Amino acid sequence: MSTYDTLRHFADSYGLAVMMVVFLGMAAWPFRPGARDRNDAAANMIFKGQDDGE
Amino acid sequence: MQAEAALGRIGLWFLIMLAAIAAAVAAADSGFAAHATIVAVIAFAMIWISASRFDPLGKAQGFFRMPEGPSRYDDEPIRWGVIATVFWAVVGMLVGLIIALQLAYPLLNMEPWLNFGRLRPLHTSGVIFAFGGNILIASSYYVVQRTSRARLAFPSLARFVFWGYQLFLVLAASGYVLGVTQSREYAEPEWYVDLWLTIVWVAYLIVFVGTLARRTEPHIYVANWFYLSFIITIAMLHIVNNLAIPVHILGSHSYSLFAGVQDALTQWWYGHNAVAFFLTVPFLAMMYYFVPKQAERPIYSYRLSILHFWSLIFLYIWAGPHHLLYTALPDWAQTLGMVFSVVLWMPSWGGMINGLMTLNGAWDKVRTDPIIRMMVMALAFYGMATFEGPMLSIKAVNSLSHYTDWTIGHVHAGALGWNGMISFAAVYFLVPRLWRRERLYSLRWVNWHFWMATIGIVFYAASMWVSGITQGLMWREYGSDGYLVNSFADTVAALHPMYLLRAFGGSLYLAGVILMVANVWLTIVGRQRAEAPLHDAPYDPEADRPIVAQPAE
Repeated sequence: MSTYDTLRHFADSYGLAVMMVVFLGMAAWPFRPGARDRNDAAANMIFKGQDDGE
Repeated sequence: MQAEAALGRIGLWFLIMLAAIAAAVAAADSGFAAHATIVAVIAFAMIWISASRFDPLGKAQGFFRMPEGPSRYDDEPIRWGVIATVFWAVVGMLVGLIIALQLAYPLLNMEPWLNFGRLRPLHTSGVIFAFGGNILIASSYYVVQRTSRARLAFPSLARFVFWGYQLFLVLAASGYVLGVTQSREYAEPEWYVDLWLTIVWVAYLIVFVGTLARRTEPHIYVANWFYLSFIITIAMLHIVNNLAIPVHILGSHSYSLFAGVQDALTQWWYGHNAVAFFLTVPFLAMMYYFVPKQAERPIYSYRLSILHFWSLIFLYIWAGPHHLLYTALPDWAQTLGMVFSVVLWMPSWGGMINGLMTLNGAWDKVRTDPIIRMMVMALAFYGMATFEGPMLSIKAVNSLSHYTDWTIGHVHAGALGWNGMISFAAVYFLVPRLWRRERLYSLRWVNWHFWMATIGIVFYAASMWVSGITQGLMWREYGSDGYLVNSFADTVAALHPMYLLRAFGGSLYLAGVILMVANVWLTIVGRQRAEAPLHDAPYDPEADRPIVAQPAE
């Protein structure tokens, strides 16, 4: 098998599976139970303090 | 000590000037010689500035009324970035209007420097990289400092990024007019300009990551995720797409490392991801900071913003092949590009909904605050363009739309509506804060700008839809004798009225931008227009009294 074949078979088997798992993990992470407070704090952090001007 | 430092600087600039003069003399072609001369002139100006007590930067800061003295955040490069943004907006959009008129009146093609072929990349780079790039660098410096609660890391490197980027823009723009191009769409600058941009971009990454590393906030706000992915991905795309071998080490010609269909796919892998990671992702970073700030409400769903982020990152990179449907590209790759483009519709609309729903419970601000109105219109056009894009990438639709003005209309709905509007809103947000003014010169002028821009886009997009579909149908029309019915010149004649309407829409949009320039300038000068507020609850003293009971008669 050529390098091209090896690489593309890796890409559409293990590579694809790893990408899928990483994506699902990343996307699901903020939805885990108990993250609500952290999300709220993160969303509101831009309003803390007087950072508008200088 | 100071004199020694000045002497060192002069020596360095002198060496650069000598090298540039030598390169100009030994250049293999006139384009390279012209660029070397530009560098030599800049180096000479720097020698003159360092040697004399003349301080043009200080003078310019005084001219632009930049506040002096210590400040909590390092805002000077951001102020320069905002000024560069409005300057390049006028240049880029004026050239856009000129080429729109050239299409309607071919007489306006002034050979060879100002013909359509040379002005078109000047327009696209002018609006994307000069106008867009400057507001992205400026707003990223602003947002990363505020959300990290830290000053910019490496202040001199941050200034190098700004001025080095302007040099890149000047070399790119002058090159197009002189005919220096490697003819890759949105990547026209030649190899040495590409190398310079790579240096500037790596410095940008260092400044941004360095500032994040200095943060005093535990969490990195989501806008910074979008900015960071923009910086990293653009570096990757830029380097891979511009892999080329120069013909001469002092010449402005080069050949791509790729050939044939691989070259085409690399170009459109780059091209579509320039749309993704230059025109979408970092503008979403602006959306995730400026929309909540202007609305004074947190983003609708922080979780959705993270989902939005990872979906765009994992999906966008595959969509490029939809630019090469019905070409020599393998069929499976075309289908892959089409499928990923269609899937992209969902996260795009998720992001749009996230931005719009931020106004939930505060929709009255759309009526009373023209900056919010611009942001809402920007999000509406983001939604529209990210619906139209997946639709156009479907093979059957693309067979009608490809190579026609429909594509031009689609691009401008996104660029004028989404990128333009959100950038104008950011400029209006930033200017009073950066110059420490109480408010903008005039909010009513912002309202005028909003309507001129919106009506301009409607004229632009609608005329290009009609023109594109007309073109597509005329090109594919067969007669009963089996021959094509229309010649190409027939289609050009049929489109003439649409080209006039497009130019009219573009001039309206440009007029709105000029109004913004005036508004920004008068705000900087410190004036405030005496004007009625945009919304006030009506007061009627006649009605403002208790009801007197009337005795029955």
